Amino acid sequence: MKNEAVQQNPTYLEEFKRKGYSRKDFLKFCTLMAAYLGLENSSVGQVVRAMSSKPRLPVIWLHFQECTCCSESFIRSSHPIVADVLLDQISLDYTETLMAASGFQAEEAMKNTMTKYKGEYILCVEGSVPTAADGVYCMIGGKTSLQILEEAAEGAKAIIAWGSCASNGCVQAARPNPTSATPIHKLVKGKPVIKVPGCPPIGEVMAGVIVHVVTFGRLPELDGLGRPKAFYSKRVHDTCYRRPYYDAGLYVESFDDDNAKKGYCLYKVGCKGPSTYNACAVTKWNNGTSFPIQSGHGCFGCSEENYWDNGRIYERASAFPGFGIESTADTVGKVALGVTAGALAAHAIMTNVRKKKLIRNLEKEGKESEHELKG
Amino acid sequence: MTTEKTTVHKLRRVYVWEKPVRLYHWLNAFVIIVLIATGFYIANPLAIQSGQEPSQRFVMGWVRLIHFIAAYVFFFNFLFRIYWGFAGNKYSNWKQFVPTSKKFFKEMWHVFKMDILMLRGKEHMSVGHNAMAGLIYFFTFIAFLVQCLTGFGLYASMSTSWWFPKMFAWVPYMFGGDIFLRQVHHWTMWFFILFAVVHVYLVFYHDYVEGRGEMSSMGGGWKFIEEDVFKHNKELPNAPKS
Repeated sequence: MKNEAVQQNPTYLEEFKRKGYSRKDFLKFCTLMAAYLGLENSSVGQVVRAMSSKPRLPVIWLHFQECTCCSESFIRSSHPIVADVLLDQISLDYTETLMAASGFQAEEAMKNTMTKYKGEYILCVEGSVPTAADGVYCMIGGKTSLQILEEAAEGAKAIIAWGSCASNGCVQAARPNPTSATPIHKLVKGKPVIKVPGCPPIGEVMAGVIVHVVTFGRLPELDGLGRPKAFYSKRVHDTCYRRPYYDAGLYVESFDDDNAKKGYCLYKVGCKGPSTYNACAVTKWNNGTSFPIQSGHGCFGCSEENYWDNGRIYERASAFPGFGIESTADTVGKVALGVTAGALAAHAIMTNVRKKKLIRNLEKEGKESEHELKG
Repeated sequence: MTTEKTTVHKLRRVYVWEKPVRLYHWLNAFVIIVLIATGFYIANPLAIQSGQEPSQRFVMGWVRLIHFIAAYVFFFNFLFRIYWGFAGNKYSNWKQFVPTSKKFFKEMWHVFKMDILMLRGKEHMSVGHNAMAGLIYFFTFIAFLVQCLTGFGLYASMSTSWWFPKMFAWVPYMFGGDIFLRQVHHWTMWFFILFAVVHVYLVFYHDYVEGRGEMSSMGGGWKFIEEDVFKHNKELPNAPKS
């Protein structure tokens, strides 16, 4: 059944119909996706045409060191078609979490896709690759993650790194990174890698990236870090509905104070929105229900590189490396200032001792001149 | 009346700091104070209570605006100083800051011995900066550069106005994101504070032990050197340093 679907190469529309969706549902889906991608109204037709004429993309979806929250997020994206069709169909070829096949059958399916669609399939990777101890920390079917990744990347058209694990290592790569968890772009050379960071990334964003590839037959426009500009070009802060409180200088001082009840800005209780590039404040989560800041908790920057090691969650204060967990740049600075002041005081005293003669001569010369002058 | 005759110094006036250098110096001092003050507020805003409606208030907005304006002034002032390092007189020349010769290190060692270890010996009588100060200023220029890059790097993504801040859009990508960039920006600020404290102290110090107008030199541009040092330097083939 699986392999049949691959061989027939049905279009997305055909798949939708087979799943029991009406054309209306299909059009709704296409419109939604066009909106998420930031396309003009007139481009909806282009999405519709692409989805109804182009055969579905063969996709291999690999899972390495991860928690599957990316897949969870994806199947919970706001439109049912995303979960039901996109994931179901695109990842039909191989995805550990959701495929029906197991064991040799599953390996066989992946091999089939890799040979049959060489140079055409999209490789989606969820999770980081542990490289320490020859990769024994994450092995599937007797192969290390690195071997599997390299084999699969060989014939891939493009690679999508889902989530923070695959994009920048996430929690496994946090200090001291015992398994040497490595993000995908550092291991695969010569293939375009789209990073879709977040822990997890927003389901609609994930769907949007795939629809973009299907519709336009090329990768979405990426920023300097390899993230799709459509979703990662703005800071959460820039689109946050609490932003006016930030500009007004009104902040929550602690989570149980009056300001928190009034819904003031969470900047001082550690919100990382001002440093985090994501679409949370616009797209929101769980069918557009809410996002962290709306529920009264600061953003903690899950889509930013190294967010586990870049300072504390509930404080803005920046940590200073090498000075212990409790020290911030300001405490280190204040101590340094104290030490400097002490050293200067000592220097001033030493100057008066060691350079006594010099200073005395200057004073003497000055005083004598003063005496010589007639008042 | 006098039993021993004190040496009476004959001082010679030298125009050390040209007007553009002095203007640069005080403008720089002013904007750095503004940047540090507003920077501290932005990093950790005060809890100000007020009866005003939030829509009437724009405290953080104004503080950030002042910070950004001061940052522009700081940047272009810095650029101007680099230019003046090539166009100005010998005391503002870039060679005063970058160690390019053995002599530079020799003088630095001398300053270290006299001013830090307080050894006895012949005092150094630099006319402009001494070599040690020159090198420290070189480090401050690097700190200026770091602050401009990280600051405008953070600013680039929120600026919607003109092309200039966009030129720094690559910086966060190089540092791996805004969170780390912001921290570097904050750490470097502390270097400015520490520098300022030591800098002001040393101006007092030199005025106190040398008595030749160190303190006022950034006002009028004059420094005064002993006649014999002047003659000695005049005969030197290179820069007038002792």
